[in-house]
Amino acid sequence: MTGNNIQLDEHGRLKHFLTIEGLDRSLLLNILDNAESFSGVGDRAIKKVPILRGKTVANLFFEPSTRTRTTFELAAKRLSADILNLNISSSATKKGESLLDTLRTLEAMHCDMFVVRHANSGAAHFIAKHVAPHISVINGGDGRHAHPTQAMLDMFTIRRHKQDFRELRVAIIGDILHSRVARSEIHALSTLGVSEIRVIGPRTLIPRHVETLGVHVYHNMSEGLKEVDVIMMLRLQQERMRSALLPSASEYFQLYGLTEEKLALAKTDAIVMHPGPINRGIEIDSKVADSSQSVILQQVSHGIAVRMAVMALTMGHSDARAGDGDAD
Amino acid sequence: MNETNFDINKCLQAMAAELVKITGQDALMIGIHTGGYWVAQKLHELMQLKKPLGQLNITFYRDDFSQIGLHPRVKPSNLPFDVNNREIILVDDVLHTGRTIRAALNEIFDYGRPKRVVLAVLVDRDGRELPVAADVTGKRLSLKPDEHVKLSGPEPLALEIKKAE
Repeated sequence: MTGNNIQLDEHGRLKHFLTIEGLDRSLLLNILDNAESFSGVGDRAIKKVPILRGKTVANLFFEPSTRTRTTFELAAKRLSADILNLNISSSATKKGESLLDTLRTLEAMHCDMFVVRHANSGAAHFIAKHVAPHISVINGGDGRHAHPTQAMLDMFTIRRHKQDFRELRVAIIGDILHSRVARSEIHALSTLGVSEIRVIGPRTLIPRHVETLGVHVYHNMSEGLKEVDVIMMLRLQQERMRSALLPSASEYFQLYGLTEEKLALAKTDAIVMHPGPINRGIEIDSKVADSSQSVILQQVSHGIAVRMAVMALTMGHSDARAGDGDAD
Repeated sequence: MNETNFDINKCLQAMAAELVKITGQDALMIGIHTGGYWVAQKLHELMQLKKPLGQLNITFYRDDFSQIGLHPRVKPSNLPFDVNNREIILVDDVLHTGRTIRAALNEIFDYGRPKRVVLAVLVDRDGRELPVAADVTGKRLSLKPDEHVKLSGPEPLALEIKKAE
């Protein structure tokens, strides 16, 4: 039984990829294993496999993004799909009817997959609920809600460096409150069974009741970084500095910026991650960002393999769904 | 019908001898995951090939992907050599429809342009759907359309004929 999880088909297979919530450990590991297979494609003479040949993917970006959009684009191309990039300004369009009209138009162009980035939480879910049955929807980030492919590429990067998730202590640092990345990371890490998840940040940037997700809250870096294996920094959106949440960027850096001194408090083999784009001198010191412990650029390359895996997995049974739904 | 009683090891020895005559020991050998790789391991050892054995997983090249999806655990292809302008021995356990070989050839050509590809299969059964033929065959079997031949392994290798459910 798959219950009412819209992401899964009647056989429990991934049809859409909207959030980590509701997906079990074996499904997440399956994504990581497949991503491992796809990562070799980039090293070959011809960096393409024909698995999605003849399929059309539409990148629907209602919110600007460079690395997410381009890595989705590269992933689709390496799977031999055709891809349309649509940058739709969300300011002019109201959600609801106009969004549905956009969908119907793209359906009429015989698109097979939508990758959706939207400023509103739940946008990808809304689209998944209303698309034709043969279309798969992947969430490329919705509001403050979720960014599941980012979380999975982070898990992939962790697994490349650390053997067993169950022995890891992970700290997520910074603006947890506004971060869809943090939310998806917490769900992925706890599903994969890490031994401890810590969130570290100022009181104003930690959501209330975050402990209910099974994390430990710290407001002090020197306490929170002790014995940590993985440090996941978050981007501090500078636009939010103007609101009353933070005194100043320099004070933030003093308290929560990752410097070499603070990094030394974690385990000696701890890795440093950041979803990008990084604000040097605000949440992370340049020396740390460029150090041997930093895996920030690897995260970008891994993003292609993970997105290939997610696209291939969600499209895997598309013919059966396009028919009468009577697969197998 | 109990044709599976033949001696697999004898078959493999005969295949290895035939292959050495065709390609020599400088050829690159590639086994198709999983049964073909097991057969290739044996042939590779018997032939004493100089280059390491390659492994091909054709999941990403299958023509029925949009019906059956990805395998739960896909082991990546691993070709630890440059295929350009080389003699290649492609090995599979059972040659049936020919679709696996079509997919394997497509994948190999995404790594480069080999000089020649020779196909070796342990079992050649009827039911071809594509113009594919083996150069070296261990055993020919004539089976009914609803019968399947399955190799188990890697140690020991054993063949079993099953009726499809």
